[in-house]
Amino acid sequence: MSRDWPALAIVPAIALLALPLMPFPTWVALTAAGAAMGMMLFLMASGLTLIFGLMDVLNFAHGAFITLGAYVAVSVLGWLAGWAGADSLALNLAALAVAVAAAALASGAAGVVFERAIIRRVHGKHLQQILITVGGMIVAEQLILAAWGAQPLQVAKPALLRGSLILAGAAVEKFRLVAVALGLLVFAAMHLVLNRTRIGLLVRAGVENREMVEALGYRIRRLFVGVFVAGTALAGIGGVMWAVYQETVTAAIGADMTILVFIVVIIGGLGSVGGCFAGAALVGLTANYVGFLEPRLALGSNIALMVLVLLWRPRGLLPLVRS
Amino acid sequence: MADDVLLRLSGVHTHIGRYHILHGVDLAVRAGRLTMLLGRNGAGKTTTLRTIMGLWRASAGTIAFAGQPITARATPGIARLGIAYVPETMGIFGQLTVRENLLLASGPAGLDPARLARVFAVFPVLKQKFQQAAGTLSGGQKQMVAIARAIIEDRRLIIVDEPTKGLAPAVIGQLIEAFQALKHTSTTILMVEQNFHMASALGDDVAVMDDGRVVHTGTMRDLAADEALQARLLGLSLASHQ
Repeated sequence: MSRDWPALAIVPAIALLALPLMPFPTWVALTAAGAAMGMMLFLMASGLTLIFGLMDVLNFAHGAFITLGAYVAVSVLGWLAGWAGADSLALNLAALAVAVAAAALASGAAGVVFERAIIRRVHGKHLQQILITVGGMIVAEQLILAAWGAQPLQVAKPALLRGSLILAGAAVEKFRLVAVALGLLVFAAMHLVLNRTRIGLLVRAGVENREMVEALGYRIRRLFVGVFVAGTALAGIGGVMWAVYQETVTAAIGADMTILVFIVVIIGGLGSVGGCFAGAALVGLTANYVGFLEPRLALGSNIALMVLVLLWRPRGLLPLVRS
Repeated sequence: MADDVLLRLSGVHTHIGRYHILHGVDLAVRAGRLTMLLGRNGAGKTTTLRTIMGLWRASAGTIAFAGQPITARATPGIARLGIAYVPETMGIFGQLTVRENLLLASGPAGLDPARLARVFAVFPVLKQKFQQAAGTLSGGQKQMVAIARAIIEDRRLIIVDEPTKGLAPAVIGQLIEAFQALKHTSTTILMVEQNFHMASALGDDVAVMDDGRVVHTGTMRDLAADEALQARLLGLSLASHQ
């Protein structure tokens, strides 16, 4: 833990460093926007890092599950337009919750098929994993286009989640607060499962030394499938939140996020959920502060951030130790 | 002798990639005894243990445990027969606490206080380090965790690969005491060991390997008493090991 605190402290440190560089209300608005972006990135990236950590699988098709989640959100929120458009926060949140649950189910089910059809055949073969998962991403995009059509689709935010609240003199979008709350909730749930349950204990042990987990009598193959499905379901949830936040969905929504998601995973340390959380927050905050302070640098700020973090900690913020 | 054999390997061959490592290993481990598997570096001792555990597949031959063929079983299925494995690398989970390492090796009911007390009686230092991350322990303490994991449940066979490797003499003394205590419980143990002092202090039976085959079997006492045989089989004399 003593080794970890500088990596964790860097997130509030970046926020505090930005404070004197802008008016306070602007800082509040950008910090909220950065935190929301970070939590949505965490939702999308946490599954990917866990899949890599436990299974040693580089899944470049992860974006396809984000896309699937986004399109499922479009359909579900379309069917539940009455709830989403109602003047009731409970109904609005219920519509969003149903969309999140449906996306998690759809992406998780697609994850089962993908794991059985593709991932199982390329265990331990990184080059083949990259090639076949990139191919899988292309095929999945085409299937989604066939199902939902090539036109960009609009998705409206639930009625009472539109607009902003005034906090400390700054306008903060309501939906961003929902995204932050969901991200924190998922992180807390993952933390609880990983640290307080036997399944979590097995996952943590499996990330370190798969062979020894098997030698203790556990069938790690089942654990692999479970983690892969959970990872793809989380990507689907991230896709819902990103789609509703953007209010437009295209078949490239997942592919567009893939680079950012990989940056988060690399910054956090491959396989580390805690690192992924810190990395996502860092990427979200930095992108928003730099975008305001020097818009011309906004595009490259994430890559620059990754380079700086890796120069400081070559294995990421909170790297895993493998036996 | 045949009746009390718990583990039997017959004509076991193992290939790793294109390398042919085991060339027909025949080995019998008798119940309630500690069998030492000795041999020069590269003789195939670790490969034999890993093949028994299913971590590497036997390409020919049979392995039977308590009369039941296990050659084609997957590693978890072999472990569930009551076989514990302590690898050469110890295989501890460094980011987990000592408690969590032991919990993973326990049955579904979790850690049994009576069994835990027995482990602490053998390795008292683990009681102090119980909530500490195993990765922060010394090499000797890590080996204690690895062995504690093997004995936290009743096992029918414990397979241990070079438990003294890289450890200080004082720690080796502790490990000898621990295994002597374990022998009193009539647990069957198959151990690979390069430290001849430890091997002769603990072994009941011995099998010596060379070039992927078992080339000698007998009692440890006979081998320890015969320096010429040691020199021929192991290339070393007892005196040089002490």
